[in-house]
Amino acid sequence: MSFLPQLIFLIILSAASFFLIKRVKFLRRNIFLGKAETRNDHPEKRWQTMALVAFGQQKMFKRFLPAFLHLMVYVGFVVINLEVLEFVLDGILGTHRLFAPILGSIYTVAMNVFEFLAFAVLLACVIFLIRRNVVKVPRFTMPEMKGWPAMDANIILVIEIVLMIAILKMNAADQILAARGVDHYIPVGTLFFSGLLSPLLENFSSEFLIFVERAAWWFHIVGILAFAIYVTYSKHLHIFLAFPNTWYSNLKPKGEMANMPAVTNEVNMMLGIPTDAPADPPAEIGRFGAKDINDLSWINVMNAYSCTECGRCTSECPANLTGKKLSPRKIMMDVRDRAEEVGKSLDAGGKGLEDGKSLLGDYITKEELNACTSCNACVEACPVNIDPLSIILEMRRYVAMEESGTPAQWNAMFQNMETSFAPWKFSPQDRFNWAEKVKEEEIPD
Amino acid sequence: MSTYKVPTMAEMAGKGESPEVLFWVGCAGSFDDRYKAVTQAFVKILNKVGVSFAVLGPEEACTGDPARRAGNEFLFQMQAVANIQVMNGYNIKKVVTACPHCFNTIKNEYPALGGNYEVIHHSQFLQQLINEGKVALKGGGEFKGKKITFHDSCYLGRANNVYEAPREVIKALDVELVEMKRCKTKGLCCGAGGAQMFKEPEPGRKDINVERTEEALATGASAIAVGCPFCLTMMTDGVKNKEREADVKVYDLAEMIAKDMGI
Repeated sequence: MSFLPQLIFLIILSAASFFLIKRVKFLRRNIFLGKAETRNDHPEKRWQTMALVAFGQQKMFKRFLPAFLHLMVYVGFVVINLEVLEFVLDGILGTHRLFAPILGSIYTVAMNVFEFLAFAVLLACVIFLIRRNVVKVPRFTMPEMKGWPAMDANIILVIEIVLMIAILKMNAADQILAARGVDHYIPVGTLFFSGLLSPLLENFSSEFLIFVERAAWWFHIVGILAFAIYVTYSKHLHIFLAFPNTWYSNLKPKGEMANMPAVTNEVNMMLGIPTDAPADPPAEIGRFGAKDINDLSWINVMNAYSCTECGRCTSECPANLTGKKLSPRKIMMDVRDRAEEVGKSLDAGGKGLEDGKSLLGDYITKEELNACTSCNACVEACPVNIDPLSIILEMRRYVAMEESGTPAQWNAMFQNMETSFAPWKFSPQDRFNWAEKVKEEEIPD
Repeated sequence: MSTYKVPTMAEMAGKGESPEVLFWVGCAGSFDDRYKAVTQAFVKILNKVGVSFAVLGPEEACTGDPARRAGNEFLFQMQAVANIQVMNGYNIKKVVTACPHCFNTIKNEYPALGGNYEVIHHSQFLQQLINEGKVALKGGGEFKGKKITFHDSCYLGRANNVYEAPREVIKALDVELVEMKRCKTKGLCCGAGGAQMFKEPEPGRKDINVERTEEALATGASAIAVGCPFCLTMMTDGVKNKEREADVKVYDLAEMIAKDMGI
């Protein structure tokens, strides 16, 4: 009979792990719907970027208040997960506070740190809920946030608050029981934050408190496992993907657009310049630019899954600030939603990428693409180094080269460049006329 | 007294000479009436300081930047490869330009097509000349003590991390440099990048250059300094839109230095 809780725990743990692995495989496959790209240069610089930007939260601190609150949740998440290790071991072994006798007074200190963080996480999440739902910070209430994205954010915050309350309540009941000398319960010294809850529980019977303590324990551990699975359906994936995402950051100058070697070969042939490309054309001629997610790099798709929809990009986008349709955050959400759609279709034996839809048109319009000034404000603003600009520019390449669908004024600019070698319609012979006047002027002493 | 010289690469090559640096003028610097004044100011400074330079003159063509940003990679590469052939033909090692778009393209994007040069923006070049004591600033010119704000160009700032050189140049004029709320890494675009210069903006509430100009005017500066031909156009239009052209001027850095030098 006493093994029953352990058995139930093992079944829950295995089921959660099984499901989690399945979800990770789904996400991984979706990310690799993107094109292959190797970005492993300068590994030392990449580790450094990851340490500073993801682990060190460097770019978050461009806005202090949210950065500080986020730091509490982040540190809380990392540190409280150490306690989860004890939870899991207790669950499997049928023990209670396995580490307490081993660690002694260090355990008391650790528990107080955990409780402080649990309280800080709770407080930060309450403030975050207020920012989203009462203060209505503009970047959280933009059109792309309506419906599921806003709901997703609130669900995450509420789950975190409830999990933290469970920890504190569990510890409070636990220590009252320990003080009463109830079997199994070990006094671990004074716990400050859960101690504040003790007056609420002190008048209840030991039986009831054992129920409260056990219920909170199970709620917390099952809650964490359920949350881990929920995360894979949510924008909250950034807690894991921020790390690989920053490792694979673009380390080149932000102004540099990637070259298209296929075009270089053709241009060289047209200009009669010897090229080292093979004489035979490749068997499969790729598309120019990006129409759908499989035309983007897998790093673009990983970027999309790493996006937690904070909207710092959109709040600094000059096009968005002046009322244009473009929102860099929406670009990232669209890429992710399209990858999800294709992935789900493939899993259901459907048509996948051949479903007659595409990222361009069904998700992202030309009007959005055409509004971008390529200013890199979104790239600079992203706390996890997501690059919406490279997606926008790849899609513009498709529109220009595969559809000839650029705005008429751009077509005129192209024509000027072809005929006059300048974006404006001037005669190339007049290019040097500016010097006439200055050549006649005398240099003063 | 001698007159200003503007040697071309072809003339120099004819004499078997090669200059220290190629001044890449760019299309705006060659054709735009307002920006031609900047080109002339920069050439005057180069003459006055005695820098060994030349221009490509009629052999220069658009770098292809707006074509590439608008998605036309073929056209970009046609322009780029032709320019690289010309520059490599003259064995050019160092390029200076007053246009951040040309700067970015030649510096970052020409290497993949076989064009490898040391490329600097004129703000960096001017800063070097000032630091080396080669530019004799009078410091008592028309800007002395005035409030000046600097508008960061995206292709100089965020795109290439050049934030301090233009500010050092402005400070050398003995002026009060006032920053806008959104500056340096957070600088707001003028609205012209990404080939927007060559089309009407998409539908929206407001034009980006007006938004940026309002921010610049809010500093109380009597002049807005820029280091980019597109920013110059956009900010000038913005000032006109706010009907402040009588009391607020928009200048390029080279013009300010040339004015101070009395040339």
